[in-house]
Amino acid sequence: MASIIEIRNLNKSYWRNNLEIPVLNNLDLSVDAGDFLALMGPSGSGKTTLLNMIAGIDRPSDGNIMVNGEDVGKMSESNLAKWRSANIGFVFQFYNLIPVLTAFENVELPLLLTKLNKAERKKHVETALTIVGLADRMHHSPKQLSGGQEQRVAIARAIVTDPQIIVADEPTGDLDKNSAAEILNLMDKLNSDFKKTIVMVTHDPHAAEKARRILHLEKGELVREES
Amino acid sequence: MKILKMMLKNSLRHKLRSTLTITGIAIAVIAFIVMRTFLTAWNAGIEAASPNRAIVRHAVSFIFPLPFSYLENVKKVPGVEAVTYLNWFQGVYKDKNYFFGRIAVDHNTFFEVYPEFIITEEEKKVFKSDPQACVVGEATATLYNIKKGDIMTLQGDIYPGNWDFKVVGIYKPKYRMTDPTGMYFRWDYLNERLEKESPERANEVGWFTIKVKDPAMISAASARLDSYFKNSANATKTESEEEFSRGFLQSTNAIMVAMDVVSWVIVGIIMLVLGNTMVMAARERTREYSVLKTLGFSAKHLTMMILGESLIISVIGGAVGLVLGIMMVGGLEQIIPKAFLPALEIKTITIVLAVTAALLTGVLASIFPIHKAVNTKIVDGFRFVG
Repeated sequence: MASIIEIRNLNKSYWRNNLEIPVLNNLDLSVDAGDFLALMGPSGSGKTTLLNMIAGIDRPSDGNIMVNGEDVGKMSESNLAKWRSANIGFVFQFYNLIPVLTAFENVELPLLLTKLNKAERKKHVETALTIVGLADRMHHSPKQLSGGQEQRVAIARAIVTDPQIIVADEPTGDLDKNSAAEILNLMDKLNSDFKKTIVMVTHDPHAAEKARRILHLEKGELVREES
Repeated sequence: MKILKMMLKNSLRHKLRSTLTITGIAIAVIAFIVMRTFLTAWNAGIEAASPNRAIVRHAVSFIFPLPFSYLENVKKVPGVEAVTYLNWFQGVYKDKNYFFGRIAVDHNTFFEVYPEFIITEEEKKVFKSDPQACVVGEATATLYNIKKGDIMTLQGDIYPGNWDFKVVGIYKPKYRMTDPTGMYFRWDYLNERLEKESPERANEVGWFTIKVKDPAMISAASARLDSYFKNSANATKTESEEEFSRGFLQSTNAIMVAMDVVSWVIVGIIMLVLGNTMVMAARERTREYSVLKTLGFSAKHLTMMILGESLIISVIGGAVGLVLGIMMVGGLEQIIPKAFLPALEIKTITIVLAVTAALLTGVLASIFPIHKAVNTKIVDGFRFVG
């Protein structure tokens, strides 16, 4: 299967008080289309940094990141914003829904950047909410939903534009066991039924078990891979 | 859902804070409108001045009289179409706290030189034929229920004694800025009595008002007149009615300048209040802006959202302030004596300035939050703890 993500010689460091702090060192990685990849490792190992760069919300210090045929590290901010909206779906640990908007409106947000008309947007939003099992909660505000439901709305928002890649940063980190299981089943469904490529950062070995590949990072380097 | 709806929801997210900010803007706009309207009204005399009239007064001060005998020489000046003369009488009518002008005028020329005081031809005829005649402004007539044929008795102060006048006309002001409160009686009536009781004060006038055909002639006529009387015991100073009014208001200039400055200071303060609200709102939403940027919203979108939210608050505050300001000026117009401020008229420029100030407040208050939201890196936004 063709690689959808190709990373070569990736380096990333941050500067703090004139001190360079390396985060990722000469990292190489290929992710096939339709893969489900879990990134694990201790805090500070660089897994979220790697995820952010794959998603185009952070830039490498050196090296190449080709995602879906585009070198995301070299795109302008405005092109990168357009690219993200078309290619990447995001799931965050703390859901990050907009509190003043309903579930429907939160899911509709990415579609406001497309040329879809109101009726088409409605259809897409309803489909996404149906996939995550929240069609009956679409007019609820985030504070009227449980944590698990909020995360499912966030997943609906991530898939509503039908991106090829979904990146998830600790998607079950703030949830109880049952809700976490529901979210992981949903991620699995997106991967197996809808052929989404998923890159997920997690500390939880049970969550990682859902992935087809598990990569372990330590001090900015890939140290082990499990399948 | 449209972005506009999101702006609206964001602007009302903290209802109490938004309400207080809107109230603050509204109060500032009211204060701005009222203060500027007072300033405009105070300077109304300047605006109401006729361009083809000039005042000939004593060179030392307006309070010193001029000899009546100057009249013939004033008439001879080229370009002068008509001359009238007036004398400030003052006195008290019933309530000493109610101020209105009581002035002795030349019955033959006054209404020709001052056509903004409208009375009928019949009333003019009676005014010219009866030495004891007077005309009263409709505002004072209404206040004291004065009718034609009534006797008005003034208690003199500058000119002691009781002075009885017969009301022969109630004048209407021609323009909104024309004083509707004055009382005008015949100078010869005053002079005859002075000749008997205080002859040393007789045959004097407070000032002459000249009417010229062309306003451009005022300058030459003034120079000629003042030069003519330069070496006499009572040198004159002639100036256009507008200059005269401006000079008359000069004494209150410092207060007016202070009011002008304060009206703008208020706008500045409210800019800071709204700016503070927007900075707080943007700070609280640092993470949300990162989410939006992650979803593909560009700097342009964020700018639009923050600017829109700020403008919604400032426009609502400005609109509320504008409506209440207009109502308040209307109410104050009923209360304030018309002799001081004949008309409290909100000028279009005042409304334009108030609306511009409200909009500008909205725009300026959003600059810093926009700059911060746009320039904060997405990953830094997610790490931000407000």
